[in-house]
Amino acid sequence: MATTVTPPVPGRRRRTPLARREARWAYVFLAPWIVGFLVFTAGPMIASLWLSFTEYDVINAPRWSGLDNYRQLVSDPQVARSLGNTVYYAALHVPLVMLISLGLALLLKRVGRWQGFFRTVFYLPVMTPAVAVGILFLLLLNTQDGLINRGLALLGIDGPSWTTDPDWVMPGIVLMSLWSLGSTVIIYLAALQNVPRDLYEAADLDGAGAWARFRHVTLPMISGSLFFTLIVNTIASLQMFTEVYTMYFGNRQTQGSFNSDAASFYVIHLFREAFQFLHMGFASAMAWLLFLIILIITAVQVKLSSRFVYYEGEDR
Amino acid sequence: MTTTSQPVGTGVASTVVAPVAAPRPEARDEGRRPRWQRVLFVLALVGAAVIFLLPFVWLVSASLRPREYVFAPGLLPTPFAPDNYADAWQAMPLLTWLFNSVVVGVAAAAAATLSSAWVAFGFAYFRFPGRNLLFGLVLATMMLPFAVTMIPTYLIWNRLGLIDTQVPLWAGNLFGSAFYIFLLRQFFLSLPREYFEAARVDGASYPQLFWKMAFPLIRPALLVAFVFEFKASWTDLVKPLIYLRNEQLYTLPRGLKVILDRFGYGGEQQWEIVLAGSVIATVPMIILFFLAQRHFVEGIATTGRKG
Repeated sequence: MATTVTPPVPGRRRRTPLARREARWAYVFLAPWIVGFLVFTAGPMIASLWLSFTEYDVINAPRWSGLDNYRQLVSDPQVARSLGNTVYYAALHVPLVMLISLGLALLLKRVGRWQGFFRTVFYLPVMTPAVAVGILFLLLLNTQDGLINRGLALLGIDGPSWTTDPDWVMPGIVLMSLWSLGSTVIIYLAALQNVPRDLYEAADLDGAGAWARFRHVTLPMISGSLFFTLIVNTIASLQMFTEVYTMYFGNRQTQGSFNSDAASFYVIHLFREAFQFLHMGFASAMAWLLFLIILIITAVQVKLSSRFVYYEGEDR
Repeated sequence: MTTTSQPVGTGVASTVVAPVAAPRPEARDEGRRPRWQRVLFVLALVGAAVIFLLPFVWLVSASLRPREYVFAPGLLPTPFAPDNYADAWQAMPLLTWLFNSVVVGVAAAAAATLSSAWVAFGFAYFRFPGRNLLFGLVLATMMLPFAVTMIPTYLIWNRLGLIDTQVPLWAGNLFGSAFYIFLLRQFFLSLPREYFEAARVDGASYPQLFWKMAFPLIRPALLVAFVFEFKASWTDLVKPLIYLRNEQLYTLPRGLKVILDRFGYGGEQQWEIVLAGSVIATVPMIILFFLAQRHFVEGIATTGRKG
């Protein structure tokens, strides 16, 4: 009968039994995430990378096709069209969302007792299901009878054919996307309310005008939030799907018509390749190209922003 | 409970966090501004609010007009036709879809909240080798486009024979979700460690620490995670599009898309039914917002989550 305490194993780092017991329990707590990560993230990533080099239609076994999918990807005019549309959308959507949200947040910051009410007004569109937003704007953007062109007519402007003129489909979609910018407003409002008041008082003593206060106090102090929303909104806009799919796709009458070409977004095209035409290999290659594009754009944004973003020191 | 006093992992997050209901001395400055500036300010604010509200007003009003008046000018529901809602109710199994959305939403939100809290407690309480690396990996998964994992995930559910069931709509949430792990970890970190160590000395097990002490203490944060995930599930179209074939299993967004394709655009032009369906899908979210407004605002300000 061995009753002695196990001697510490030579060569292993000194860890008390308690610490080791704690570490074991830590992994019990992390286990669901680790399992989920392996099964629903890491595993699928490897699988889709492999599928991107195959031809696969779910019914027959995948057939290795080397770089065929990628070769087709760079020469496919529909992929190029949808990617071009998506980048065009992101380039309009992201700066506009940031500018308008900042403007609204600056207005909200000055509101007293009614702030909660106006904040709710700007946030409610975010609560509206994306399918309902798509339906609503399909009708609001209607050329003859839509509310938007009626409003423009009051100003003496002859509104464009938002949903049928290929040149105006994308601006119409951007207009719709701006309705749902409420989360960005709330992020900016929180950041603005976090700017220490004494900084403004110091600026006043230095005789700073409104613009100088904004430029040299407000902007640097909220630059972290601006940076964060730039990244998040860009990544989200490159994956636009639901509203536009609702408006222009998934229905025999609209499929293949010219406006669905003008409204073709990258993820919509990918989705149709995968689940409508069962080109699972090709769609996987599209997904990896998207991932690569997102990584590059984010890396560039991080690099460029690092010069402009101001972080408060460790004294917080 | 607010998050302002907690140590926050990154500089970005620390500038994002703010007490939402803080007193606003700025508001008092208004009196000192010139009158024309105050007038301009009120005009801009009210103008913006009107622009944001108009689509709602039009939606509700148009859904209450007879078919041939849907696109009529004006914002009042005249002539008044509340029967549109009965027609929509009869044309499509809206009640079934509403029920499905509630069931799937509750399952998705409960699964995400419970599993994320369990994992977040692991990251907040324990010290173990590789912790920061693993937590970095959790955050990194937020960057991954859903399109990359979408197809293999479909193949997994297909292999399990669960296509055309509602299981894939929520079961993936059982393994924790990065946003909520991040959010809930912040809250767990704010609880004093000595409090738990005292309970350990008294013989409490780790699961007891989690379930009996930590879990109840962060209830406000759990509600944030729950309402966000419920909303995300309620508005999701992608998963129902991929996994559901049988109309009886549809959630509301999927059903609404069918209504649009069948009764609206390119279909029979019965826009009043489409609009009534849109209102029915939206109203529960508006109610949820008014019930849980504080949690939404706090959740966005803390995590910077997109809608």
